[in-house]
Amino acid sequence: MIKEAINFLAAPVYSFSIFCGLFFLAMKRMDIVGTKKFGIGLLVFTLVTFAWMVADPIFFSIISLPDNIPIIILNALVIWSTWFALYKGHQNDLRIEAGESPLEGSPENREKVWAWPNLVYTELFAGIVCTVFLVVWAIFFKAPLEEPANPTWAPNPAKAPWYFLGLQEMLVYFDPWMAGVVLPGIIIVGLIAIPFIDVNPKGNGYFTFRERKFAISAFVFGWLALWVYLIQVGTFLRGPNWTFYGPFEVWDFHKVVAENNINLSEIVWIKFMNTSLPKNIFVREFFGVVAVFIYLFALVPLITKKWGKTYLEKMGAIRYYLMIFLVLSMMSLPIKMYLRWFFNLKYLVAMPEFELNL
Amino acid sequence: MSDEAKTSLNRREFFSFLSVGWITFGAATAGMASLIFRFLYPNVVFEPAMDFVAGFSADYPDGVDERWKNGFGVWIYKKDGRLVAMSNICTHLGCIPTWLPAESKFKCPCHGSGYYPSGINFEGPAPRPLERFKIYRNPEGKIIVDKTKVFRYEKGEWNNDGAFIEV
Repeated sequence: MIKEAINFLAAPVYSFSIFCGLFFLAMKRMDIVGTKKFGIGLLVFTLVTFAWMVADPIFFSIISLPDNIPIIILNALVIWSTWFALYKGHQNDLRIEAGESPLEGSPENREKVWAWPNLVYTELFAGIVCTVFLVVWAIFFKAPLEEPANPTWAPNPAKAPWYFLGLQEMLVYFDPWMAGVVLPGIIIVGLIAIPFIDVNPKGNGYFTFRERKFAISAFVFGWLALWVYLIQVGTFLRGPNWTFYGPFEVWDFHKVVAENNINLSEIVWIKFMNTSLPKNIFVREFFGVVAVFIYLFALVPLITKKWGKTYLEKMGAIRYYLMIFLVLSMMSLPIKMYLRWFFNLKYLVAMPEFELNL
Repeated sequence: MSDEAKTSLNRREFFSFLSVGWITFGAATAGMASLIFRFLYPNVVFEPAMDFVAGFSADYPDGVDERWKNGFGVWIYKKDGRLVAMSNICTHLGCIPTWLPAESKFKCPCHGSGYYPSGINFEGPAPRPLERFKIYRNPEGKIIVDKTKVFRYEKGEWNNDGAFIEV
């Protein structure tokens, strides 16, 4: 009964909404999230839930695939490091509020030590531990090798390496040009550009949350909700034919999901105007092009008026508009996901004639 | 001449050295390039030929036929007196869809694109229908599928000459 409910709620439309809701709640209530009590509670809750889920044979068979074990480790590390950074930031926020210096700036922490031997020994030790871990892992879990490649056959489901499963999940909602080239390119260039765009000196050398609320929230949203979450879905919840399966659901090859995706042009011309699609593709895709332009350009002044004025003054126009462009590109992914879930929308602009689909 | 003058080159010697150097470098590069060019035309190709004989049209029942899928990457589809040869490459990102007879559709295992038996896309992210190959009869009446010529639905090419044969 509970398992059925979890299977139901694990569907991307619900689990993504729940995840985003919890995320923004956490960002709002840092006074709760940033405490040790919350951390311990989260750890106990996660361990108990995980133990209960592992007891299920189907769930166990999914997570014990050799490909999937690193993602369990990734989850533990991501949850730990995210919470730890937020906890440290919250501690410092409380100190700053009380008029003290951040913990890292206290006299006993400002004491300087030599890189050799203090740092180098730690690094050497960490290197040895990692090597031992990898060797033991390689001995216990064999590499999941398959038969020689065959150009006329694909495994089902055909999954990318685990670190690319977020991208593969993104490809479900986008044209390969967008999700495979343009958006990853923007991600990489955007990450490189962060130090040039974000010139806020606060938080240099110490943890803080309150002093860089927007920067941290935006980055962690992109990282957790749009990358780590999608890796989870792609790894654990996508089965044969890339159909969605709940965590306690058998991977039934013949599970049928009613889905009939249509383009924006078909919704507008056929559903609303009751005519056939125009022959000229630019007339046909006019509304989609307009929608994309509104999103990328017309929205910017509105956003600036409502939230961006102080940022615009602080950062300068070029940095500010670059940041807005990066945020809008990032948000295009969840928007496209919701459009797909609610309206079965395939593409806003569909020009397969030019291999251009947005 | 003093010994000092011997150690340095005059203008003429400098240029002759320079031309020898460039000619050698050019020859080596050209040799390398010719090797690479030769590499593009291997002696043996372990790939199916781009065209193949697919028997007689009477061999095929109505609907999707999978007999050439593993060898040549082609599905034969017969419906309403027309026989066509379909590519088995998904138009989204080039995976190989699976034919699901029970659901009567092609389904791509990579991102979940779905196609009707005719190759029209209806599910998932695939932006356009499966491509069709040139198909014709040779003088003996046998079907020839030629994968070098492609017919695309969104360009309105499915009714062109060679995109189908009447049966």
